[in-house]
Amino acid sequence: MGYQFNWSLVLTGEYRDWLLDGFVLTLKISGIAGACALALGTLVAIMRLSRVKPLMWLSLSFTEFFRNTPLLVQIFFWYFGSEAFLPTYVNQWLYRQDFEFAAGTIALTVYSSAFIAEELRSGIFSIPKNQLEASRATGLNFLQAYRYVILPQAFRIVIPPLISQLLNLLKNSSLVMTIGVMELTYQARQVESFTFHGFEAFTVATLLYLAVSLTVSFIITMYNKHFLHQLRY
Amino acid sequence: MRWDIVYNNLDYLLWGSFPDGPLGGIAASIMLAVMGIFGAFWLGLGFGLMRLSQSRILRAVAMVYVEVIRGTPLLMLIFWFYFLGPVIFNYHLPEFESALMAFIVFTGAFVAEIVRAGVNALPGGQMEAARGAGLTRIQAMRYVILPQALRNMIPSFVNQFVSLTKDTSLAYIIGVNELTKAATQINNREVVAPAEIFLAIAVLYFLICWVLTAFSRRMERHLARYQARGR
Repeated sequence: MGYQFNWSLVLTGEYRDWLLDGFVLTLKISGIAGACALALGTLVAIMRLSRVKPLMWLSLSFTEFFRNTPLLVQIFFWYFGSEAFLPTYVNQWLYRQDFEFAAGTIALTVYSSAFIAEELRSGIFSIPKNQLEASRATGLNFLQAYRYVILPQAFRIVIPPLISQLLNLLKNSSLVMTIGVMELTYQARQVESFTFHGFEAFTVATLLYLAVSLTVSFIITMYNKHFLHQLRY
Repeated sequence: MRWDIVYNNLDYLLWGSFPDGPLGGIAASIMLAVMGIFGAFWLGLGFGLMRLSQSRILRAVAMVYVEVIRGTPLLMLIFWFYFLGPVIFNYHLPEFESALMAFIVFTGAFVAEIVRAGVNALPGGQMEAARGAGLTRIQAMRYVILPQALRNMIPSFVNQFVSLTKDTSLAYIIGVNELTKAATQINNREVVAPAEIFLAIAVLYFLICWVLTAFSRRMERHLARYQARGR
């Protein structure tokens, strides 16, 4: 192999700053999309559990459609196609902002919220029905039963899968490089094409992704060990 | 709305320029996914069994593989195989093959976890009874545990296949001829109908994935009836 490693190239100076900027942007887009996806996902999950049939069908088709189509296609759809169905003034406003970032964030939010809604729903469903019946029998009304009995338990069950969905979001955020958001993978590509030292750049980028994922999944494992075994039915 | 553009290019979206040129479109996507899941099954089975083995070294190797791959974005892995394989091995794989390798290695890690979970989900008495009947550990695995566990894993494999089918769209980024690339080509040529084109291919992906998901849900319910249970 005739490849000269030059680690100082990506660990110092301009190229290191590119990679760090990319990492910060990755965290930023994942953070914003994650927060929005939690909100949207909760809404969709509540709609799914509601007794109003049209809301339930809407929520069902939302989760089914967005879970079963590739994220990349969704990104392209929002980025290239938003013009066709968003009102003109919204598009004008978006174009004046950072449009790549906005389209990427929307795509990531919608995609992740479908998965988050499913996790929330299955978390609530996993609480045995007699919990609800028992709390109703002790005189709580429907909302109180959810507020004080069902949700606190469901929440504890749901936290680990929710966090792993957020980690998926972090990894999926690498796809927005295709529409030119300058996040970590994009910057690694940039360093590669400027210096031909792709190996070093991609190693650094991979290690940064791994550092976040492994730290968080280690914390989830600890959490599971300490809290989840207390739940037995 | 210009749905006629989608209609006129439908054959290109479905099988590319096939009889006269290379296979493309959704036919190529499905081919990538099928070959990918086939490779990933054997790789994942190997690593999943290593994860369950009694040798600490084998367990550690399998754990590192699973954790590292699952913590890395698939796109990163595709770049590793496509751009950096040549750097290390001095041998340049074509786009299709290097994307396929990335899919196999990536999905293999998830299959390994499915295998591990599937074997662990069987009641411990199965292994004890098989050992008690005089089988060695490997024989017990081969003749008693795996035939039951693998059958129970089928729904999870189908789900993994569904997410692999969606992930094949990433092969577009290094230029493999598949559905997403066909769509961007049509979009670049026609320019006026991006929303229609991307919606159309989203529906194509959706049809495949949704049918398979519905199938795996039914199978899950069906299989649940015949599972060996602990007391």
